[in-house]
Amino acid sequence: MRWVWIDRFTEFVPRTSATAIKNVSLAEEHLHDLYPDYPIVPHSLIIEGMAQTAGILVGEAANFSEKVILAKIGRATFHRLVRPGDTLTLRATIEHFSEAGAGCRGEVRVGEELVAQIDLMFSHADRNIAGLKLPDHNFVFTEQFVQLLNTYRDQGEIPL
Amino acid sequence: MTQEEIFKKVQSVLVDALGVDEADVTPDATLRQDLGAESIDFLDIVFRLEKAFNIKIDRGELFPENLLNDPRYVQGGKVTPEGIAELRKRLPNSDFSALEANPAIENTQSLFTVDAVVKFIQSKVA
Repeated sequence: MRWVWIDRFTEFVPRTSATAIKNVSLAEEHLHDLYPDYPIVPHSLIIEGMAQTAGILVGEAANFSEKVILAKIGRATFHRLVRPGDTLTLRATIEHFSEAGAGCRGEVRVGEELVAQIDLMFSHADRNIAGLKLPDHNFVFTEQFVQLLNTYRDQGEIPL
Repeated sequence: MTQEEIFKKVQSVLVDALGVDEADVTPDATLRQDLGAESIDFLDIVFRLEKAFNIKIDRGELFPENLLNDPRYVQGGKVTPEGIAELRKRLPNSDFSALEANPAIENTQSLFTVDAVVKFIQSKVA
């Protein structure tokens, strides 16, 4: 399977906010591990979905020139369990942005219902990990992630 | 703003950023050793302080990061006299007694106390 936890962007305001959706399907294999008789989406994967939504938002803000890595989960509060058939709407807003990294506030909804609040901090790796040699190419933003944004843009929602 | 008001706000920032109790955030508490802060937390703290006090804090102004990687200032795990002089310039609000008694690099933690942050903010909002 592919490590992508959002299906589509529905809103993308560069350097400000982004909204993505993820459809939860009973066909997803991992749901049947937790729990065998009561499949739910593990909280860690909802956090990962928010990290991908916010990470692409932060990455695009610097034209994908920075290696944006998730550095800190400031807050992850869950209000109810997420089940197959739910469509998650993940909305990330940039609160702070600097050359060192960024801070994002996130809200996850199913319909109108607030399901989770997830605040994340990202680091621009090359500028912060003193002494550690990272590969030159940007290994963070794979084709898959850039394509999610391109698919949204091709709908003509925002100017290139 | 009074020093007490500044302290209360700084205390609130550190409680949010580090997930510690208010009671842990005393003026003498060191950020790393007593409150468990790590490097990414320093970035978070700077962001939150900027927001709480409506000020701009330049990179390395509150927490001079690259100083401790500079071979002029740190040799053989000890801070050189040049290093201490440079740190004094960059951190006028910190207490250098522990570091001067023993210039081992680990003792630089003692420079970053809650009180040093409060004094830094005081100088910025004055």
